[in-house]
Amino acid sequence: MGRTLAEKVWDDHVVRRAEGEPDLLFIDLHLLHEVTSPQAFDGLRNAGRQVRRLDLTIATEDHNTPTLDIDKPIADPVSRVQLETLRKNAAEFGVRLHSLGDVEQGVVHVVGPQLGLTQPGMTVVCGDSHTSTHGAFGGLAFGIGTSQVEHVLATQTLPMTRPKTMAITVDGELPDGVTAKDLILAIIAKIGTGGGQGYVLEYRGSAIEQLSMEARMTICNMSIEAGARAGMIAPDATTFAYLEGREHAPKGEDWDAAVAYWKTLRSDDDAVFDAEVFIKADELSPFVTWGTNPGQGAPLSANVPDPASYEDASERLAAEKALEYMGLEAGQALRDVKVDTVFVGSCTNGRIEDLRAVADIVKGRKVADGVRMLVVPGSARVGLEAAAEGLDQVFKDAGAEWRYAGCSMCLGMNPDQLAPGERSASTSNRNFEGRQGKGGRTHLVSPQVAAATAVLGHLASPADLSDSPADRTPAGV
Amino acid sequence: MEAFTKHTGRAVPLRRSNVDTDQIIPAHWLKKVTRDGFEDGLFEAWRKDPEFVLNKPEREGATVLVAGPDFGTGSSREHAVWALQNYGFKTVISARFADIFRGNSLKNGLLTVVLDQKVVDALWELVESDPQAEITVDLEAREVRAEGVTASFELDENSRWRLLNGLDDISITLQNESDIATYEAKRPSFKPQTIQV
Ligand code: SF4
Repeated sequence: MGRTLAEKVWDDHVVRRAEGEPDLLFIDLHLLHEVTSPQAFDGLRNAGRQVRRLDLTIATEDHNTPTLDIDKPIADPVSRVQLETLRKNAAEFGVRLHSLGDVEQGVVHVVGPQLGLTQPGMTVVCGDSHTSTHGAFGGLAFGIGTSQVEHVLATQTLPMTRPKTMAITVDGELPDGVTAKDLILAIIAKIGTGGGQGYVLEYRGSAIEQLSMEARMTICNMSIEAGARAGMIAPDATTFAYLEGREHAPKGEDWDAAVAYWKTLRSDDDAVFDAEVFIKADELSPFVTWGTNPGQGAPLSANVPDPASYEDASERLAAEKALEYMGLEAGQALRDVKVDTVFVGSCTNGRIEDLRAVADIVKGRKVADGVRMLVVPGSARVGLEAAAEGLDQVFKDAGAEWRYAGCSMCLGMNPDQLAPGERSASTSNRNFEGRQGKGGRTHLVSPQVAAATAVLGHLASPADLSDSPADRTPAGV
Repeated sequence: MEAFTKHTGRAVPLRRSNVDTDQIIPAHWLKKVTRDGFEDGLFEAWRKDPEFVLNKPEREGATVLVAGPDFGTGSSREHAVWALQNYGFKTVISARFADIFRGNSLKNGLLTVVLDQKVVDALWELVESDPQAEITVDLEAREVRAEGVTASFELDENSRWRLLNGLDDISITLQNESDIATYEAKRPSFKPQTIQV
C-alpha cells in the first residue's frame, strides 16, 4: 500500500522504533525564541548538559520586541528580562541568535523560510504552536512545549506517537480577490477548531498547486487553529524555485541530490488517508471572522449569524458569548462593522507578498479618519525589501504607521495593543478574547480585506472601493 | 534528575484538601524565566498568615509534605512541582493526587506517595504531637515508615525504575545515544546547517 506524504517524512526520521513505545524521531531544525526557551536552557544547565546539535539550532527575538524606538532600552521589565535571558543563554551555549536590530531578526516562522533553512522533507520544531507554517515546504513541522524544547536541545530527537492523516483537497480556481487567508478561514469554519485534532493535514488539489510559497505558508500556519499540530503541502516547482539561491539552500551537487529526493515527497496515488475533506475553490469569497475563535467566520457579504440558528447547544452558547464580547448584533451586515484599528503583519500574513498586496490597494488612497493602521513586517529583512520597493512610503503616504519587525499586535506582548472595547481587522491568526489587548475585539481578515477596511473604515473588500486606481491621488502628492 | 531510593526527614502536616496548583504557585510567578527561585512563591497567599503551618519555626527544614486529598488539581503548570522542590520537599504524601500534577512530579523526581486517608491521619497526628518525628519513604521497599506507622504504597514499575535510577525523559533517550549517532551518520549532506561546526 502506498504512503502519504506525512508517513514518508515520518519514516525517514525514525531513529528508534520499539514495540509499545513512541517512535524516537530525529529533528532536522530547532527554532527558538525568548518566551518558551528559558526553562529549557535552565534544565540543561542543572543537568550539566550541552546543546547536542548547535548546527541545527537557531534563535530569534520576536514576541516581546518593540516595533518603535528599537534602539532604546525596553521599558517593560518582564519583556526585557526574557530577551536578556535568551541573549545570555545563546552566548553561554553557543546558539546562533538574531537579536533585535539584526537584519535576520523577525518572527521565527518568517525567519526560517527566508533563510532557506526550512526545506522539503524536514522535521522542524519550535516552542510555538504556529510552527505548522513550515509544513508549506513539505516537511513535518509542529509546536512543542518547554520540556520538549529541552529534550530536543539535549538529544536532537523527540519521542512521538504517529498522528493520523487528513487530506484537504481544494480543487478549482480561487476567484479574483480571494486569497489563501480566505481559503484557510473557510476550511476552519467548515471542519471546526477541533476538526483537525490528532491529524496531520495535507492540503492538496489544483487550487493549492497554484498558490505561491507565501500563500502556502499562510494556509499551513493556521492548521493549528483547526486543532491540527501540523499541516503540509507537497513540494513542487514553486517550492524549488523559492528555495534556489537562498542562503542555506543546497548548492551544486547537493542541490541536485536534494531536488531528486524532494520530488519523491508526495502522497502515493494509492495512499489512504484517515479522513478526507473536499472544498471547491470557485465557490469561495472573502472571508472574515465575527466571533472569538477562528472557526467563527463567514463570507464578508454575509450577516452576523443568529445564535438561535445553531442546533448544537454548546455552539449556540459559544456564539451568544462571542457576540456579546464582540459587541455585535445577530443579523447585522458584516460590511457595516466599523473598526478602530487595522493590523497588517504576523507569521500568517507578514511576508513581502502580503505587504505588496496591501500597498497595491492603499496606494494613492487614505486610511479612513479615526482609523489607526499598523503595518509590521514579519522580519527585518521583509521590512528592508519592502522599503527597497518603496512600499514603506506608500503606507506612510496613506497615513499608516510603518513599524519594525516582530509579532507586535498579533498577541500584544509588546506595547502594540488594542484598548478595551477597541475593534480591529487583523491579518493575524487568533481572535481569542483579549488576544490583541485586554477587552480588544479582533476580526481576522486577509491582507486585501485589511487594506480595503483601512480605507473605508468598515469591513470591506477591494471590490468595495469605488474609485478606480486612475482617479486616485498619486502617491507623494 | 536526582535518583530517589529512600528518604528520611521531618514533615509538614498540611490539613487541607483540594489544594490546587494556583495555591501551590500563583499565576504571576509563571513569568519567571528560570526553574529555580520559586520557593518564595510556594503557598504564597497562605504564608501571609503567620499561623500557617509552613511558617512555624519547628517546621523549618522539613522535607516531607503530608497533604489532604486531591492535591495538585487545576492548571497543568509544572511550576507547582518546581516550587515544592525549590522549597526543599523531596516527597508529598496524600490520599489522592490530580493526574497531571502526579505525572509532572514523577517526571521531575518529586515522589508522590498515595496512602489511605487513615494512614495520612495517623501521620498528621504523629508529626503534630512531635514536630521532630521523622518519616521514611522507602521506594525500594515501597513502604512508608514512622513511629507506629508502617504502610506500603503502590507505584507503577516504569515510574519506580525511573525514579530509582534518576532517569528523566532525556536520560532515557540518551540511553539510545548510539541509535541517534547511527542516524546522524547517514543523514544526507544536503540537509541545511545553521552554523558550521
Ligand atoms: S506572529 Fe503571532 S502567531 Fe506568529 S509567532 Fe508571533 S505571536 Fe505567534
